[in-house]
Amino acid sequence: MSVKKSIPKVDGMGLMLGKPAFTDDLAPADALVVKVIRSPHAHAEILSIDASRALEIPEIKCVLTYENVPDRIFSRAGQGYPEPSPYDARILEKTLRYMGDAVAIVAGTTENMVDVAISKIKVAYKILPAIIDFETALDSEVLVHAQGDSSSMFPIGHDPSRNLAAQYSMKIGDLEETLKSCDVVHQATYYTQAQAHSMTEPHAAVAYYDFQERLTIISSTQTPFHVRRILAKNLDVPLSTIRVIKPRIGGGYGGKQAIHGEFYVALVTQMTKQPAKLVYSRQEVFRSTYTRHQMRIDIKAGAMKDGTLKAIDVDILSNTGAYGEHALTVLMVAGSKTLPLYNHVEAVAFRGDVVYTNLTPGGAFRGYGAVQGNFALESMMDELAGKLAIDPVEFRRMNMIKEGETSKIFEVMGEGTEGTAMIIESCKLDECLDWTIKNLDWKNKYPRTVVDENRVRGVGFALAMQGSGIPYIDMASAIIKLNDDGFFNLLVGATDLGTGSDTILGQIAAETLGVPSDKVIVYSSDTDLTPFDTGAYASSTTYVSGHGVRIAAERMREAIIDKANRFFNVDNATFDGEKIIAGNETVSLAQFSTTLFYSEQQEQLVAHGSYVGTKSPPPYMVGACEVEVDKRTGRIKVIDYYAAVDCGTPINPNLVRIQVEGGLLQGIGMALYEEVKVTENGRLFNDSFLRYKVPTRMEVGPMHVEIVDSYEPSGPFGAKSVAEIGIDTPPAAIANAIYNATGVRIRTLPITSEHLWREMNK
Amino acid sequence: MEVTLIINGNRYSVSAEPDEMLLNTLRKLGFKSVKKGCDSTSCGVCNIHVDGKVVPSCAFLTVRADHREITTLEGLQERAKEIAAYVTAEGAEQCGYCSPGNLMTLMALFNENENPTMEEVKHFLAGNLCRCSGYEGQHRGIAKYLEVKKA
Repeated sequence: MSVKKSIPKVDGMGLMLGKPAFTDDLAPADALVVKVIRSPHAHAEILSIDASRALEIPEIKCVLTYENVPDRIFSRAGQGYPEPSPYDARILEKTLRYMGDAVAIVAGTTENMVDVAISKIKVAYKILPAIIDFETALDSEVLVHAQGDSSSMFPIGHDPSRNLAAQYSMKIGDLEETLKSCDVVHQATYYTQAQAHSMTEPHAAVAYYDFQERLTIISSTQTPFHVRRILAKNLDVPLSTIRVIKPRIGGGYGGKQAIHGEFYVALVTQMTKQPAKLVYSRQEVFRSTYTRHQMRIDIKAGAMKDGTLKAIDVDILSNTGAYGEHALTVLMVAGSKTLPLYNHVEAVAFRGDVVYTNLTPGGAFRGYGAVQGNFALESMMDELAGKLAIDPVEFRRMNMIKEGETSKIFEVMGEGTEGTAMIIESCKLDECLDWTIKNLDWKNKYPRTVVDENRVRGVGFALAMQGSGIPYIDMASAIIKLNDDGFFNLLVGATDLGTGSDTILGQIAAETLGVPSDKVIVYSSDTDLTPFDTGAYASSTTYVSGHGVRIAAERMREAIIDKANRFFNVDNATFDGEKIIAGNETVSLAQFSTTLFYSEQQEQLVAHGSYVGTKSPPPYMVGACEVEVDKRTGRIKVIDYYAAVDCGTPINPNLVRIQVEGGLLQGIGMALYEEVKVTENGRLFNDSFLRYKVPTRMEVGPMHVEIVDSYEPSGPFGAKSVAEIGIDTPPAAIANAIYNATGVRIRTLPITSEHLWREMNK
Repeated sequence: MEVTLIINGNRYSVSAEPDEMLLNTLRKLGFKSVKKGCDSTSCGVCNIHVDGKVVPSCAFLTVRADHREITTLEGLQERAKEIAAYVTAEGAEQCGYCSPGNLMTLMALFNENENPTMEEVKHFLAGNLCRCSGYEGQHRGIAKYLEVKKA
């Protein structure tokens, strides 16, 4: 009734009409304007800061430096506890580790005077040598964290004396022997770039004391409960004194998982007792938040002449920039959410070093390592199929994972820790492959078609998988209360950042209760009013939070029936979503609930549910495209993109489709256009939308999305996740298509026209 | 500097800094549909109408708008709702942060050309970035709106 229905997003119309809903829209009018002075050097030590002339300006209310903020070392990653990211950052610090690192915080009553004040603050720096090229970082004489006081909460291979934020390795089977026994072994090195999230709403945070002197934070965050925990701990105040509200968020994609401006506004409000707000400039979003972890990926794979894939060996160097946020987990996901695609191999090995450099930190970003790993693995599978002279489609069919099977990797590799063994109960990769290959017309188009003497077209594809939450770690919960007139409030900790999770969680509640979805009013992400949820990351909301909602709604149904039995003194009351039938009595829920509020046997019915996953069923996808290359210029055009996804039951098919399309375009951007570029001094020079090339609507060709019929037995109403997987296939699919079109194999992203032209004309 | 702004048909007397942009002035006055996105006229989320033409308010000096007709989405709610329903029917607004700017741009196009082709729509909206949706859903919605309007 409510599930598998494309209802509009509950917040959609209000957002489209521009109603005040985002962090800055909700800031008190008298909020102090907060700005951050950013490091002009990639690596430097602050010798002195003189803010005296700034503080003489009456409009300036406070200046924060490392000398007057709490000196605590922690991780801003915004993860569960204990965090798998190293504790290597402070609120403000004497050492500056990248161009854009925070030097000081200035707050005043007007933006203009804050700008004037910033120009009057004198900072003396001692410039230190910096590491810009991540391939030179390991065991360099230059240390990014030379102080040596960083640490990890459990072993993650953290060794700042080697510029190592984290390290990981695992081996299943006898890799060397298996490789020796293969007919063909192929080895290649792939590079993936730093990509910028480029959400349209810049990061923003607001702080104020409410009338009860509680510190209220409004923040464009994906993790309000982690913000509360990390803020309270490092400001040394009880958690009970902080309330974090997540209003509507203008896009996140992982970029708003971590702590950004929250500390700064909280400290300004603590110090001045006045409301404060900080809205990042676009340049700050580029320079001083996060990028995708840049990686070098070496793969060696071996197969038999008949096409049996026998061994895969992956070795990664990942660049986490100045701080180790998500260092270990992004690395591990590059293996754990790609390698199980080929679960029949006899041996598989995965290792990696995550190094510090003096660059903008790496952080969570949709795909979270899987998209980097996927580019390398799925390029390699095409290369290997080529060496074997086997059609790459057939090669995948022979070796890919199937429903009812498992992979040892699920058990060995988790996110920062060991994994969880699981049998794959839903996997429609075969149907996804059939659909894309048929619709792309692979049979007639592979490998290439010639358009004219200058232009040639090629086809390519890639398989992908992701996860659905982190088992035994991600917890989500929900509360449902029945109101008079028979409607419900659904309170969830889950964090809707534009994906539509409020809407689909409302649909799950309505379906379970058997009521129309407009009878469920959803309110989310307020640490005072809603129950806990780890937050919007790791593709967890539909699967994990969805179960929390389902459980709460089932209990609410039971509570209604139980109350009806007691009320009418029967033992067989039923509730059909509209009416309660108890013996000879029939009463509408609207009437019954109103009675329960005002007239007889008064009682507020409330139910709660919480859920922790015991597995993380992967959604699957096959993405395939046709590209056109102009040989004169290297111009690359994606003609058509076909993507078939197995995400289990689509709770809201429209929102699934948009998630996939949006993911695909971010993936196409990563494949062809986007790259955070730095000078040899570590200055980010494409730090605006003028220079950083986010795909516009002129770049996008038709995207054809198919949601294949699938049901995940462990999911709420059969659902798995869909948030991240869309981004995974384009880099490899496009690289494979370009190879098929031109015979040139590009192993470095992005594949710009210039890059391709140079390779074609070598 | 003292400036008189005519916003959505109402007169406002405001004091503006010489370098103040309309984006900031309008938000201070409470017109929160006007969003801050890129600070460099390259994303379209701050788009408004000045004398019926679409402009990025992040690069339009408030003093230049003295005595000119400014329209924000707050002043075009009914018209916008009609179009927006076709986009929400596709789920294509997603985070919604770019939506007000998109709608303002689209309505400026309709002021000039009541029945544009989808190619014309895409060209006109080319400067309006959306990072969530992949654009296709928005285009499906707009195409349906145009079809229904024509019929």
